[in-house]
Amino acid sequence: MHAFHIRGGRLIDPRQGVDDELDVIIQEGRVARIGKGLATPTGALVCDGRGKIVSPGFVDLHAHLREPGEEGKETIESGSRSAASGGFTTVCAMPNTQPPNDCRAITMLILTRAREVSGVHVYPIGAVSRGLLGAELADIGELKEAGVVALSDDGKCVMNARLMRRALEYGRTFDLPIVQHAEDHHLSDGGAMNEGPSATRAGIPAQPAEAEEIIVARDLILVEMTGARYHVAHASTARTVAMVREAKARGLPVTCEVTPHHLALTDEACATYDTSTKMYPPLRTRADTVALAQGLADGTIDAIATDHAPHSANAKHLEFDCAAFGVIGLETALPIALSLVSSGVLSLPTAIERLTWGPARSFKLHAGTMPEGSVADVVVIDPDLEWIVTAEDTASRSKNTPFLGQKMRGRAVLTIAGGRALCDRSKVLP
Amino acid sequence: MMTHLLGIEPLDKTTLVALLDRADAIHEGKPPSDAVAGRTVVNLFMEASTRTRTSFEIAAKRLRADVVNVSESFSSSKKGETLLDTARNIDAMRPSVIVLRHGSSGSPAMVAKHVRARVVNAGDGTHEHPTQALLDCGTIRQKKKRIEGLTVTIIGDILHSRVARSNLHALGKLGAIVRVAGPRPLLPRGIEAMGALVYDRVEPALEGADVVMVLRLQHERMTGGYVPSLRDYSRFFGVNGKNIHAAKHDAIVMHPGPINRGVELSSDVADGPRSVILEQVAYGVSVRMAVLEAVAVTS
Repeated sequence: MHAFHIRGGRLIDPRQGVDDELDVIIQEGRVARIGKGLATPTGALVCDGRGKIVSPGFVDLHAHLREPGEEGKETIESGSRSAASGGFTTVCAMPNTQPPNDCRAITMLILTRAREVSGVHVYPIGAVSRGLLGAELADIGELKEAGVVALSDDGKCVMNARLMRRALEYGRTFDLPIVQHAEDHHLSDGGAMNEGPSATRAGIPAQPAEAEEIIVARDLILVEMTGARYHVAHASTARTVAMVREAKARGLPVTCEVTPHHLALTDEACATYDTSTKMYPPLRTRADTVALAQGLADGTIDAIATDHAPHSANAKHLEFDCAAFGVIGLETALPIALSLVSSGVLSLPTAIERLTWGPARSFKLHAGTMPEGSVADVVVIDPDLEWIVTAEDTASRSKNTPFLGQKMRGRAVLTIAGGRALCDRSKVLP
Repeated sequence: MMTHLLGIEPLDKTTLVALLDRADAIHEGKPPSDAVAGRTVVNLFMEASTRTRTSFEIAAKRLRADVVNVSESFSSSKKGETLLDTARNIDAMRPSVIVLRHGSSGSPAMVAKHVRARVVNAGDGTHEHPTQALLDCGTIRQKKKRIEGLTVTIIGDILHSRVARSNLHALGKLGAIVRVAGPRPLLPRGIEAMGALVYDRVEPALEGADVVMVLRLQHERMTGGYVPSLRDYSRFFGVNGKNIHAAKHDAIVMHPGPINRGVELSSDVADGPRSVILEQVAYGVSVRMAVLEAVAVTS
């Protein structure tokens, strides 16, 4: 294992309240020293940090790594490379694999595979309901024991209010947040994009924003009833942000994430029938993107989470209403976050916080900060590096991104997880 | 120059008027051009249709094209082949034009990106049905001698209607005032943004209208819970011999077919003096000839 000396970069570690030009020394897989003008230890590889940002490795609360069962789309190994390429060193894996992660055996399998092939830290999320069927609770206690960090039926909403109540109650004992994919399936049924003028014009079957908001409203009432931790997955509407803001003001144990694509794109992008703009929740309106960005800025939204959802080209080269829902996102999250800094919506430390400590504290993960002595999960960012998103350059096994062919600004140039350099665009490694 | 006809929305007014002028000329007996004579037109119909497919077939034959009909029951979609594969395979046989009817909005636009042939949209999902709007506008022009300034009322299932959408684009570009009316569950959000004046009652929507366009209510809309019953729909949203008097005394009544007699339109109106329904069908052939000529010229 190499030692590293990251010299002269702007270190931003929001958890530690650090934003200063500081050297970082990594030895034996840990952050050995942080300070000004440090001497290079013998044998350490030197990374020139001038003009760069040094941050704790990013934490993604929401990724679909597809293993086990759908390895053609992604594997833990390829998803891990995709994460490292985007600056992420910790990834939470959603349970809608095949079979779903609703029991100890699957959780153990994911953790074992991750140890074998993944450089980044993979934390499994367990299912709320057995088989993700929304009927009866999965073995939540055993899932916790096996190592899950949260519970979710993501991809589907926990529609049954009674089951949701029980999940919150039972989950509270094991200190696991329930991560809700908020979608009233009766209201959203068949909808392939956001309901509104764009869908009406394009003639695409649509689902209203209210399908999400009704579930969030119901769930917040249940959170008040149970006192359990609740996390809104991929918030996409202005009213969701307002409700979460209000719930937090009342002291409810609620956290919230937003995806990069819901910050960057609107439903007008669907008008060309480009199936890479089809995902759940659907892209919303300009007013929603503005509210989401404000929510991110004022702390209503705790985390930028990718909802990285790899799909094969076959599942996307179809008519819009037939194509699969979902886009990949691990490799483009950072430049989209930085674009909000350029446009003055977020400060740079806030953007970094929402990629590091914000998500880590939402799921109580030991990640997202890098004090001396901590496991060395560190990313060096060149905020000015311009690059174009291409299929060839995408580490994910799937290429379903609406940003293909687009120019991005800002990229990870060195991603170190557990002291190992997994992505090295700065050519530090010998 | 029109390479494909994917919808009315992308057309400018000049192109629209030129197509209607050409259709008028053909309709009045001007000899058709030989733009598609001896060339192959494939009618790829992945959704049930009798009228539109027959109309396209007759149009192509009057242009002396070789016509091949591929309909849903013979297509490969039931064997699991994707639309793009089907289209590419047909395209490999070098037709000049593919006329596509498909249940998914945007499918002609998708196919057009992957084939050499010209693509004519014969109805895609709930998006557009451009030749229907052209034949509707042409029929209105024949009857009213103008479109600009007319009030056109479209009544029925606006939410699922590609005919309504194409007509909103076409009539809007040509200067008509367009009202849409129907039960609220069948009025899509944001339809105002397409230039429509929205009504949830039939009588005020008919008031002073020059043209009344009645849409078909598909039976599956009842199972979808959009309206309570055919009976209720017919009673409160049907056009009949009584409420039609709210329209101008010389208003014409149109329907894209097929009609559910006694549901959205009563027989006395469908067969009455205001009805131009069969004239629409007749004009449809002329319009489709004009369209096939126009796209074939560029191929």
